[in-house]
Amino acid sequence: MAARDVLIHARGLAKSFGSAVAVGGIDFDLQRGEAFGFLGPNGAGKSSTMRMIGCVSPPSGGELSILGLNPLTDGPAIRARLGVVPQEDTLDVELTVRENLIIYGRYFGLPRDVIAERADRLLEFVQLSDRARDEVEPLSGGMKRRLTIARSLINDPEILLLDEPTTGLDPQARHAVWDRLYRLKQQGVTLVLTTHYMDEAEQLCDRLVVMDRGAIAAEGSPRELIARYSTPEVLELRFDPGEHEQAAEKLADLPVERMEVLADRILLYIQDGDAALRAVRELGLEPLTSLVRRSTLEDVFLRLTGRRLED
Amino acid sequence: MSGAFALREFRFWLTNYRRTWRGTIYTSVLNPVLYLGAMGLGLGTLVDARHPGGLGGVSYLMFLAPGLLAAAAMQTAVGESTYPVLGSVKWLKTYQAAAATPLRPADIFHGHLLFTVMRLAMNCSIFVVVMAAFGAVDSPWVIAALPVAMLTGLAFAAPIEAYAITRNKDQSFSMLFRFGLIPLFLFSGTFFPVTQLPGWIRPLAYITPLWHGVALCRSLSLGTATIGPALGHVAYLVALAAIGVAVGHRTYRRRLYV
Repeated sequence: MAARDVLIHARGLAKSFGSAVAVGGIDFDLQRGEAFGFLGPNGAGKSSTMRMIGCVSPPSGGELSILGLNPLTDGPAIRARLGVVPQEDTLDVELTVRENLIIYGRYFGLPRDVIAERADRLLEFVQLSDRARDEVEPLSGGMKRRLTIARSLINDPEILLLDEPTTGLDPQARHAVWDRLYRLKQQGVTLVLTTHYMDEAEQLCDRLVVMDRGAIAAEGSPRELIARYSTPEVLELRFDPGEHEQAAEKLADLPVERMEVLADRILLYIQDGDAALRAVRELGLEPLTSLVRRSTLEDVFLRLTGRRLED
Repeated sequence: MSGAFALREFRFWLTNYRRTWRGTIYTSVLNPVLYLGAMGLGLGTLVDARHPGGLGGVSYLMFLAPGLLAAAAMQTAVGESTYPVLGSVKWLKTYQAAAATPLRPADIFHGHLLFTVMRLAMNCSIFVVVMAAFGAVDSPWVIAALPVAMLTGLAFAAPIEAYAITRNKDQSFSMLFRFGLIPLFLFSGTFFPVTQLPGWIRPLAYITPLWHGVALCRSLSLGTATIGPALGHVAYLVALAAIGVAVGHRTYRRRLYV
């Protein structure tokens, strides 16, 4: 690991807007070839971090080096080697699908034949070849996202930055995007993504940091984080709203590792969910519904911050 | 390097323009035909009947046409530097898309200005041809009025683009049109000499960029230009354009590098 290239190096990286602190001094390193994620709720400072990495937002403090260069002085040279999928689509909706790729290739000063060859190949890759000559405007949200991903690859970037790549997409479109990103990862493209979807982070990230209120709360692979901050299983219980609080009091006596009382559910963190459910029933409690599941990054986030990700 | 980057943004605008250029040509031809026809010939007949030789010995059409040329340049400049800028940064976000590439905010600004200059060249050339067709030209020096009209346009485009990039809503533009451009259009010597205005208001007309454009275009078209005043007008317009470019560097950076 230590021998691999560090593509992005950040120490004490900070960003404030007036007196508001968006990013409060974070440290991280990105290795070549990995898929690295920033997981956190809206307002955690993920997008601000991405914009600093994308060299369109000067840091307010700390160190940041990207591809060994300084974003303040080498912005154009760095951006020439990045691919950016912004949170909001910035496609030219009045042009055709293919024209969007051609125009973007020109921004990077690529030769005409290289652009044409890549545009066709990338449209194939994101499964939009049959829409190449259509205007962008009427495309679905998922297609626009895929086109944005294709566009971000036109300069054959060394790092691909994805800011909330599937926010606002329906489940089917999300899976189509994930599938493409997974393929890129298999091809060895270095990915940096932000997300507030724990399933997205679990599926795509080799390594991630959990961000909350401008700070990094934890770092590791999804599996490591779950092992470190949660239990193998979780028992989710739902009670009649009138009995919710009493049930929580009674459950406090159970020998569980941790209990979270949410507004609508009670979560018990245990080694064995079925055994815990039997213990609950032995206390004389009968939940309306019960669910035994494996721990997720959502549980990690809850443990670290006391809040849920997608509120 | 910077120039090459600006050209990339210019080509972006050109690609977009390819879809709409036909419609804009109709407007570019129709605009001078209508104005020169209605005001120059129509209204001009009345003016000339009342004041034979009253406008320095030239017909009203001859007097009006070069003024309208400068005013048309202003209109073209304003058209390209208001909604297209706001649309690019706020609605389509194509500016942000460009900012994620090697281009810097100044390149994006320069590229847009270049495109505006191209549109000015097109519209002003068409205008001069229509002027000639109407017989509204008195001197071959009218050829020199073409770059002057373009410069007049640039003296508007640069500061207005620098301003437009700071806006979030297009209401700001209606204020600009109502209290800025329409009064300029009417009172900068386009339709009647500024000397007709009350004395106390005249200095106001002299500091407006359009008056400088109108005065110089007119003196070139009528063949009455002299070097001193001509240089003064050009210097004033260049200064305005330069200030607009300098301010635009700051405002574009501030908007695109948050």
